[in-house]
Amino acid sequence: MKNGTERRTELRTYAVGYLLALALTGAAFAAVVWPSFAAGTTLAIVLGLALVQAVVHFRCFLHITMQRASRHDLQLILFSTLIIVMMVGGTMVLLMNLRTRMM
Amino acid sequence: MSKTATEIEQPDAEQDDTALFGFWIFLMSDAVIFALLFATYGTMTQATAGGPTAAAEFKLVPTFIETLLLLTSSATFGRASVAMKYDEPRRVLFFWLFVTLGLGLVFLGFEAKDFADMFADGAYPSRSGFLSAFFALVPLHGLHVVAGCFWLIVMIVQVRVIGLDRRVKLNLLRLGLFWHFLDVVWIAIFSVVYLGGHIA
Repeated sequence: MKNGTERRTELRTYAVGYLLALALTGAAFAAVVWPSFAAGTTLAIVLGLALVQAVVHFRCFLHITMQRASRHDLQLILFSTLIIVMMVGGTMVLLMNLRTRMM
Repeated sequence: MSKTATEIEQPDAEQDDTALFGFWIFLMSDAVIFALLFATYGTMTQATAGGPTAAAEFKLVPTFIETLLLLTSSATFGRASVAMKYDEPRRVLFFWLFVTLGLGLVFLGFEAKDFADMFADGAYPSRSGFLSAFFALVPLHGLHVVAGCFWLIVMIVQVRVIGLDRRVKLNLLRLGLFWHFLDVVWIAIFSVVYLGGHIA
């Protein structure tokens, strides 16, 4: 019987993840197709929604939670995120600066 | 004799966790590659050299459909994972794996059509820095999906021929991580490249 409850919880996790992902993608799509904000705000909304959706995917589909079982995976992901932020941030700052100076 | 054959054949759960952690390390290094291609793309968006621009080339509706296809395929793969974990009848597992494979292939069809349309418009990789960056980033994700589909076929054959022993289960878990990870990368591509290209 315990197995049945666990299975149902897991199915519900996937279903919730799927519905949230659809809603977030739909919202981002709508924000661009029917624009109601300034370009900068719309871009921020789209990127914000993408970030939330990435978290939803990691939580519901990739099963990364705060529980001990996935603690190592979580640490690896957070460290990789730090590396990515530094490398992407550095690249953007440098090359955008270069572009402004070349104009 | 230090290890019996069964011990080698049946590694314990801790070893399974280590194997999956190793796969996570691969996924994260792959994420770094994608992130840097995103950074390159971000700095190249204005470098169109008088050629086709993002707003002119990117069609939102087909890419939105592609997004829905991949999202659905993630959900169907999740359903297959549950079928494997709780020892549901083998045909249930096969059904959801085949649905996932089908969605992946339809996605690839849509994407190939997008690229063919772009080429027909004169938007090919050597046209401008912008298009070089685009064709470095987006088709790389497409190649990953091709690899994922091939891997799915291999896993369907493995389940069919070998059955669900520990190693086959582990392989399916790895493929699941890979497939869900590709979905996250696509969300970034859809948001940054396609939606971003249409924000005036």
